Amino acid sequence: MSTPGIDPRGPRFTAAVTFVIFAVALLLSDARPGVAAVLTGVQAVFFAIGAGLGVQKTPTGVLFRSVVRPRLTPPDHLEDPAPPRFAQAVGLVFAVVATIGFATGAVLLGQVFAGFAIVAAFLNAVFAFCLGCEMYLLGLRLSPKSPTSGG
Amino acid sequence: MSPKPLDNVVTGIVILLLAVFAAAGFGLYRRRVDGRFAPSAVDETPAPAVEDPSAWASVNAAVPGAELGEQATLVQFSSAFCAPCRTTRVVLADVADRHDGVAHLEIDAEEHLALVRQLDVRRTPTTLILDRSGREVTRAAGAPRREQVLAALPHLQES
Repeated sequence: MSTPGIDPRGPRFTAAVTFVIFAVALLLSDARPGVAAVLTGVQAVFFAIGAGLGVQKTPTGVLFRSVVRPRLTPPDHLEDPAPPRFAQAVGLVFAVVATIGFATGAVLLGQVFAGFAIVAAFLNAVFAFCLGCEMYLLGLRLSPKSPTSGG
Repeated sequence: MSPKPLDNVVTGIVILLLAVFAAAGFGLYRRRVDGRFAPSAVDETPAPAVEDPSAWASVNAAVPGAELGEQATLVQFSSAFCAPCRTTRVVLADVADRHDGVAHLEIDAEEHLALVRQLDVRRTPTTLILDRSGREVTRAAGAPRREQVLAALPHLQES
């Protein structure tokens, strides 16, 4: 609430780059799974930085602030960085599985997880919709433990 | 760069296309339904929790200090990792501010999971509109626009 807030277009720019990286990885995955593994591996590192240090610290976050944002109009509102940071952690899981798949020859596994990541990145970049954030409440609801609710 | 057999290069392309189409379809669908208050949750499909006249009773049990609005109450469920919840908070607080008898109550879904299950809240933000007796009139998932909220307020609809 009182956190400074970030330009909401930053995470969307990051998602657009994520989309491109996963898309190229998928296109190359059948012929060159090793290259695909490198791409998703690099993306996994980006996700890890975003989840661990915050979305503003990722290479794409830095690129957005230093190169893209100065060319845009000022944002009409700022957003809490916590949701996109959480989404980076979700993305990290998918990128790691995809990388393992491509690197170990389980190419289809890598492709499926890259596909899921593509869905999330596309929704984020085009619709500003955070899939991981939505799954969060569903996950909590499904989890067996039912903590303090009575008040 | 040796030539590759064609049937071995298409899986990635197919998955990429499927993912993009699925995402675009889902995104367009969501854009259409987000923030839309279900036309009439009361006379259509009788979802169990939705028709419960004691929606407010459940809310009040979980959030003891809360007060029911004289005309209507906007009950907003939010969570930490939810950017549209902020927008929704601004819109609903403003509506409550400008209209006498309308109260806005924001509930952290994470802290009240039992209530979330009881009222069958699946996403944040979800906004329930309760009438003066505390009965749920309608609800919307996703951030509603101001006009959508005003159009759904029961005491503003009649006459």
